[in-house]
This record gives sequence, C-alpha cells and structure tokens, in this order.
Amino acid sequence: MNIFLDDAPALVVVLPLLLAAIVAFIPSPRLAWFITIVTLVIHVLLSIELLSSFSSFGAIIYEFGNWPPPWGISFKLDGVNIGLQILFSAFVLIATIYARKIFLSEIDPEDSGKAYSFWLLAIGSLNGIILTNDIFNLFVFLEISALSSISLISLGAGTNRKALLAAFNYLIIGAIGATFYVIGVGFAYAMTGTLNMNDLIIQLTQYSEGQLAIFAGMSFMLIGLMVKSAVFPLHLWLPPAYSYAPSAVSTLFAALATKAILIFFVRILYEVFSIYNDYLILFLDYILLPLSLVAIFVGTIIAIYQDDIKKLLAYSSIAQIGYITLAFSIKDNTGVLAGFVHIFNHALIKGGLFMAVGYLAIALKDRVTLQSIEGYGQKFPITSYALLICGLSLIGLPLTNGFISKLYIFQALYINEMFLTIALVALSSALAVIYFWKIVEKLFFSSKGYKATSEDPAIYIPIWIIAISLIYFGIFSSSIVEFSSIASESLIKGGIN
Amino acid sequence: MTNLLFFWNHFAFIILMVSGLFIIITSQNYIKKIVGLAIFQTSVFVFFVSLAKIIDGTAPILNSTNNVYSNPLPHVLILTAIVVGVATSALGLAIVLQIYKNYGSIEENEIKKEELKENN
Amino acid sequence: MSNEGLMILGLLTPLFAAFGSYCFKNNVNVRDSFGVLGGIVTFLISLKIFNGLQADEQYVLNLFTLFDGVDFLFNITPLGSIFSLVASSLWILASIYTVGYMRGAAEENQTRFVIFYSIAIHAALAIAWSGNLLMLFIFYEILTFSTFPLVGHKQNSESQAAGRVYLSILVGTSLVLFLPAIFWIWFETGSLNFTSGGILEGKFPTEHLMFLIAMLVFGIGKAAIMPIHRWLPAAMVAPTPVSALLHAVAVVKAGVFSFLMVVVYIIGPDYLLQSKASNWLVWLSSFTILTASIIAISKDDLKARLAYSTISQLSYIILGAALATTFALKGASFHIITHAIGKITLFFCAGAIYVTAHVKKISELGGLGFKTPMIFFAYTLGALSIIGVPPFIGSWSKLFLVIGSLEADFLFVAILLGISSLLNIYYLLQPVFIAFNKKNIKNIKITNAPLTIWPPMITGVGCLFLFFFSNYFLNIINGVVA
Repeated sequence: MNIFLDDAPALVVVLPLLLAAIVAFIPSPRLAWFITIVTLVIHVLLSIELLSSFSSFGAIIYEFGNWPPPWGISFKLDGVNIGLQILFSAFVLIATIYARKIFLSEIDPEDSGKAYSFWLLAIGSLNGIILTNDIFNLFVFLEISALSSISLISLGAGTNRKALLAAFNYLIIGAIGATFYVIGVGFAYAMTGTLNMNDLIIQLTQYSEGQLAIFAGMSFMLIGLMVKSAVFPLHLWLPPAYSYAPSAVSTLFAALATKAILIFFVRILYEVFSIYNDYLILFLDYILLPLSLVAIFVGTIIAIYQDDIKKLLAYSSIAQIGYITLAFSIKDNTGVLAGFVHIFNHALIKGGLFMAVGYLAIALKDRVTLQSIEGYGQKFPITSYALLICGLSLIGLPLTNGFISKLYIFQALYINEMFLTIALVALSSALAVIYFWKIVEKLFFSSKGYKATSEDPAIYIPIWIIAISLIYFGIFSSSIVEFSSIASESLIKGGIN
Repeated sequence: MTNLLFFWNHFAFIILMVSGLFIIITSQNYIKKIVGLAIFQTSVFVFFVSLAKIIDGTAPILNSTNNVYSNPLPHVLILTAIVVGVATSALGLAIVLQIYKNYGSIEENEIKKEELKENN
Repeated sequence: MSNEGLMILGLLTPLFAAFGSYCFKNNVNVRDSFGVLGGIVTFLISLKIFNGLQADEQYVLNLFTLFDGVDFLFNITPLGSIFSLVASSLWILASIYTVGYMRGAAEENQTRFVIFYSIAIHAALAIAWSGNLLMLFIFYEILTFSTFPLVGHKQNSESQAAGRVYLSILVGTSLVLFLPAIFWIWFETGSLNFTSGGILEGKFPTEHLMFLIAMLVFGIGKAAIMPIHRWLPAAMVAPTPVSALLHAVAVVKAGVFSFLMVVVYIIGPDYLLQSKASNWLVWLSSFTILTASIIAISKDDLKARLAYSTISQLSYIILGAALATTFALKGASFHIITHAIGKITLFFCAGAIYVTAHVKKISELGGLGFKTPMIFFAYTLGALSIIGVPPFIGSWSKLFLVIGSLEADFLFVAILLGISSLLNIYYLLQPVFIAFNKKNIKNIKITNAPLTIWPPMITGVGCLFLFFFSNYFLNIINGVVA
C-alpha cells in the first residue's frame, strides 16, 4: 500500500492511460463505463492522498525511475497545481457519471468501448499536463490529449458530420501549435542543456541579460501554448470543436482542457522566464493584455449573434479565457490570484452549462438552437433551472461563484489602477447578460405550454451537484480563494521550491 | 562568428518549416494538408537532430579511442516526436477517409459549397 | 417575539403569500386573499419596527459572512423602516385593488401575476431592511427580475418589447455602473455596511467622490433620473396594479431609497456637503424635474402623463439627497411617503377609469366626472397632495425641500420647485376639469367595479387625514438626519 501511495503522482496519470488500453476492447458499454468509473474513483482517492501529502510536506517532486534532473523526467505537485488537481479529479468523476447516458444516446454501442478508452486517455494526459515538470514531457502529454480529443470529437459525427471537419481543423491547428511549442523547447534545450523546469530556471541565470535565442525560444513556446489554450486570435479551432463534439466530451474539454494548459502557460511566464523582467512586462502589457480584452469582446459579441447554443457557449468560453488571461497579465499577486480563482470557477460554470445543454441535446435529438428550446423551461424544469443557475453564475450575480471571480478581477484591476480596463470589463459583463437573457427568455418566457416530462435522474443529479456547488462556492468562497492564494504565492515566489 | 554557411541546418529548418506551413495554408486537398503538416513537423526533427551533433563527435557508444560523443538526448526526444507525428498523420488520414465517406469529396472548396447549401 | 424573529417573519411573509397563492391557484378567492393577509402581517410588523426604532430598539439580523468585511446582513435604519411601512401598507390596498382590476379587465394568468407581485414585495422589503450595500444590490436585482414578468404580463409584442427595454436599462445600468461603484467603495474602505454618518470620510479620495456619485445615480436605474428614465413610460403597458404599486411605490421608491441610503449612510451628509461633489446633481435633478413636467403636459394618455409626473417627483428626492442639508434630507425622506400615497391614488384612479369606462386618454374623459364622481374625487385629493397644497400631507415634503434648498444657498432651486408646482397644477388637474365639463358628455357604458374605487378613496382621504398626524412621521424622519 505504501508503495502504491508513494507513486501517487505517477499513478494519477498512468492508471487512466493503462486502463484505456484495456477498456478499448470491452464490447459492452455498461462494463466499459463501470471500469472507467472505478478507475476515476481510485483517481480521486489518489488526488486526496496527494492533497494530504502536500499539506503535510509541502511541494512534492516525483522523479521517474529515480533519475535526477537533468537526465530524468519529473512531476511536480506544488501550490500552483494542487488546487486544479483536486478540482480535476472531482469534476472528471462527476462528468463521467453524467456521460453514461449521453454516450449511450450519441455514440454507437459498439464504439463505446473505444469512446471510454479515448476518454481515459484524455483524462490521463490532461492530468499529466497539470503535473509535469519537464518541458518536453508536456509536449508528449499535449499530443496525447490532442489525439484523444480529436478522436472523441470525431465521434460526434454520428449526430452531425460537421464534427469531422471540426476534428480535422483542430488536428491541423493543434499540431501546428504543438510543433511551435517543440521548436521553443528546442531553443531552450540548445541554450541550457536541460529540459527540467526547475533546472531550467537555474541554468537560465547564466544568461541574465537575455540572448536572442532564448527570447525566440520563449516566444515559440508561448505562442504554441496560446494556440492550444485558445487565446484570441489563435482560438478558431475551439467553437466548431466544442459545438459538434458529443455533449459529454464538450463538457470535459470546456471545463478542463484549456485550463490545464493555461496553468502551464502561467508557470512558464512567471517561473521560468521571470528573470527576464523586461521581456515579461513587454509580453504581458503589449500582447497578452490587449489580446485578452479583444478576446472578451469578440467572444461575447459573437456569442450574442449565435443561434446554436453550443456554439454560443463555445464563444462565451473564449471570452472567459480572455478574462483569465487578462487577470494573469496583471503582474502582481492580486492579478494572479484573480486568474486562479476564475480558472476554478469557470471550470465549474462551463462544465455545468455544457452538461445541462447536453441533456437538452439528447432530448431534442437535434442541434440545440434558440428556436428549438423554446418553452423547454416547462418541459424539462429540473435541467432548465440548473442551466439558469449556471448562467446566472456566468454573468456574475452575487451569491454565485461567478461574482467572486468578478470581484477579485475588479480588485486586481483597481489596485493596479487600470481604470479603462475596469470600464471595459464592466461593459462586457453587461453584454454577456444579453446572450444569457436570450437563452432564458426562450426557455422560460415563451407561450408554448409544455407539460413537465420526467427527467432522468442519472443525468440531472450530476448537473445539480455542479449547480449547487456554484452557489456553495459563491457563498462560502474561502476554499477556492485559499487554493488560489497558495497558487499565486507559490507562483510569484519564483517556483524554485 | 564563422560564416553563415556554418548554420546551414538552421536554414534548412527554416525553409522546410515555412514550406510545410505554406502547404497547409494554401492546399485545398486535405491529404495535401496532412503532407504539409508532416513536412512541418519533419523540419523540427531535422533541427533538433542537427543540434545534437557535436563537432568531432562520434556515435554515443563508449569506446576507448574517442572521448567526444554526439548528444543522444535530442535523438531520443525526436523519436518520441516522430511517433507522435506518425500518430497524428494516421489519425488525420482516418478522419479524411470519414470525411470522404460523408461528404463525397476531400477538397476544401467543394466541402464549403456543400456546407453553404446545407445552411440554406 | 424577538427582534430577529420579527425580521425573519417580515421577510418571509411575502414569500409565504406567493407560495400560498401558488397552492390555491384554483380557488381564486383564497388565492387573492393571500396578498391582503400578507400585506396586513407585514404592515403590522413594519409598524412595530417603526415604533421600536423610536424607542431605540435595534433590528439587526446577521446570517453569515459572504467575504472579507461583507456579511449577509439586515439592519433596519429609520429610513428603511419608513420605506417598509409605505410598501407594506400600500400592498394591502393594492391587493384589494388588484382583485377588482384583474377581474374587471378579465386579465389572464392572474395566478402568475399574484405570485410575482408577492415576490417583488419581498424584494422591496429586503431592500428596505438591508444592512449593507451588497445586500441591497442583490435584492435590487431580484426586484428587477421579479417585476419583469409583471411588466410583460400581457405577452403581446408591445409588452415583450417593453419588457426588454425595462430589463436592459435596469440590468445594464446596475451591472455596468452600480456594481463597479459598490466594488470601488469596498476597495477603498473595506466595508459596505450602512453606518450613521457614512463610511467614506477619511478613506475615500474626495476628488473621486463626484465620479462615484455619478456611477451611483446613473447605476441605480430605478431612480429614473434622466437619461435613465426611458424604462418608466415603457413599463406603463403593464396592468395598472403593477404601475400603481410597483412603479409608483415599490420599484421607483427602491431606486431613490437606495440612492438616499447611500448618501445618508455610506457617504454621509456632512462629508458630501463639505466636498460639494453633488452640486452637478442638483442641477441635473432640477433639469429632470422641469423637463419631465413639460413632457407630462404633452401626454394625452393618462398613465403616460402620470409616468412622467413620477419621473419628475422622483427627482425631487434625488434633489433632496444631492442638496444634503438637514431639511433637504428630511424633505426627501418624507417625500418617499407623501409621493407614494399620492401617486398610488392617481394610478388607482387611472386604472379604475379604464375598468369602469374603458377610457385611457385624457381627451376622452369628457363628462365622466358626473358618472363616476367618487373616482375623480379621490383623484383630486391625490393630485392636490402631490401639488403640495396644505392641508395635504404632500405639502410638508415640498416645504422641507424648499427650506433645504435655501439652507444650501440654492435659491434658483427653490424657485424651480415653485415653478414645478405650478406645472403640476396644470397637468394633474386638467383631467379633472375635462371630466366635469358638461359639454363633452358622451354615452359611455359604466361597468361597476367597487373594489377599484375604494382603495383610491382610502389613500386619497389618507393624504388629507395623515396631515394631522404628521408629527408621528416627523419624529422618525428626524431620526434619519440625527
């Protein structure tokens, strides 16, 4: 048992990957789902174990094969990613419970074994992205998650063949992004001879004035990661991919995929390249900040004009990612804190929204558009009210966790006297109400008199767990704020722990 | 600073990389896009491996005469990357096959026309 | 019963009334009586609290902490008790009136109407009793959303368009201006609690006070200062009980009440006076008073005229808040009471005219006075109170405002208040003159609807009657500015 727990950082990644191989060959959907659930329950237990180790001993560095850096690959669990690790395992479990009926409805039963296999691959590789401490290892996990995501997205072709085009688009753009990232890794390796992040920080001190090669490498890495985390204007793959994927898949990706990559992105910015302060400030002020603002407005405005609800939510995700990168581009403690708070909160909000819309999708057996959901507030009251709560959280109503995010973002902007940005963010919140209201109006205020149909508890219970958690974290926000402040302190300190 | 020709591997890398990107962006045929992607990825492999060569270095196997070895680590990394590239191309081709089955064509402009017809 | 228990009961009663109406939706008499019963209970509780505050009782209810420095707090201030008294007492009458109107006009979806009406009252009460600015904001938003189905009640395209204007202006201003202003206050002072004397002095940079006030007065869209006033005339498409209680009493009063609370308990009147940060607002509210009155003169639709009259009267309260002298604040607080009673009378009468004679336009009122004398008698009482003629209660608030403007050396404003009263005389009494003009008697069929006539009679007579009990109100209003 001890050996099992000692290797917990590795097991959280390896276990899903291993079981993916087994699950692929299981013909029965129910058995495949069951094995997946068991794996993920063990995953949650391991994450809890990691949390308790972290609280007792501080940061954990796990070296594969006991090879020390710079020869070996290591995983690091520190203040920055412990919060996301817990959220990740909890959310993935809930999403998988939700996914069973959705998969049954949208995916061929004989493909379901493979679907769960890709699902586990995606989970394992995303967890690897969260934990890894080696820059090339990130590329490997990035590609595993991309390939499994693409396969999962293309499974949506059963409902709509556009999923294939979306998957192909994502494949090309994602591969370009990942390859740019590798070029950056190449430059970094050429200059320092190491791939381990902690070691990289130490080695980079010999180039404290900064060499062109290092800046070039950094730029490639950052751009590559921006492609994968859908920062404007490298976001074009996201809306088709999220809207044509099977509903459970959209849920998983919208909630967690881009967040995991953003955490690594932030690590590179603030830990590895923090010694090049001028370059960092240049990047943050002149590239990340303006792009975030544009992302917020473009995402929100395009969302207002969307009829297809999944596409609307995808564009809304782009806007929300804009809020996260905006918060991170504020170079001090408060900004980074706000960024982490919004990462956690948005994962829950978007997860909940896609789950609720997913249920409407399988009930409709057609694209969920503003026209087709008219009056569904009366037909599916339980799911619709959950959707309402998640939507209210998205626009940031007090007593929901979206409000807490907005509060911390505003605080960070205010302390740094970025008043124009405050005005723009306030304006965009008002714009977001427009597309949220369009959905609510169609759901609840239409004249079609539907009778309430019975809804499947296996689906609405996970949705309501998420919806209740939004209100819970809106009122008792201390746990999220604490995890975020641990993360931001750990990040700003320079990561040499 | 020796003459520019010393950095021929950088130039090869840049030419291949840009060619690959150009093919991806301008091709209408999906299979050509995948080929472009493969060229783009190969350029990176070429670059990395060329970085591994140390002047006067020999193969990284212990022998008694020579003390300078070329760096094996980039080769290892590139092996991984090649595998990833192969998987990506394979997946891409599988998707193209499905696109062909569903749309009857693998040319981007024809598929766009189909999409427009479907929307109207 | 303990003070906290009283508050919890008061807050929950409207929700119980809503729930009761839902459960008994098939028995219309039981369903409609819940509003009246709820009103009586909340009125008695508000009265007890009103008296308790005079005896220096504390009414504080702290449920839990939301985040740093901000709790889920209810804390009844003298101003808050005034507002809740007004809202609850008029709810009783409005519920009776609603029965008469909705059945007389044969409106559909009456259950939904009654339920959201009760929820809106709950939100208004919670606003009145809120202990800090965030609580006020939360229930302010709940008020907006619960009144939306009432505005769009008829569900025709006109109502839906009106509903969208209503929602977009109120939610838009509150999210873009009001909420950031709340954040700003919290960032500078670390607290949002309503405290006697205000919390900004010494902590908030005085140069920025002007901007904060601008954000607040435009962000609190329910106060309907120009140019954020468009939603009020738009909302007149709603059935008259909505216009009467909500847009003469609850919604608009929540708006000016919120602004007044901020001036008295967050900024602090002394700090505001010495910083002169609200002088521009004196001019803007004066402008609104005058302009809205002029627009009112041009309106032929009775409810539209009353709507613009309301916009004008609300700016009286904002003017009082902006002047921030003792008498100005007293006048503003008192005006909440006097305008509520007066305006609700006028709206009740407008609805009664519609139900009994199916007339909406003032030009068509000819001769109606002889057929329905009681309606026009009540209307005249309400109008005289709003014009500010003694011995009607409205005269007190106008008097205090005039004294307040002189106290603050704004002679021009005092003159303007006088001019406004003259305009009021014209546009409010013109309908009465037309109605009693023998020349225009037409043959109009009168449907009897007594339940729509008694409430305005009660409030109209109340305008006169309460004048003699002004002492009672003045005691607690003095407590506001103490």
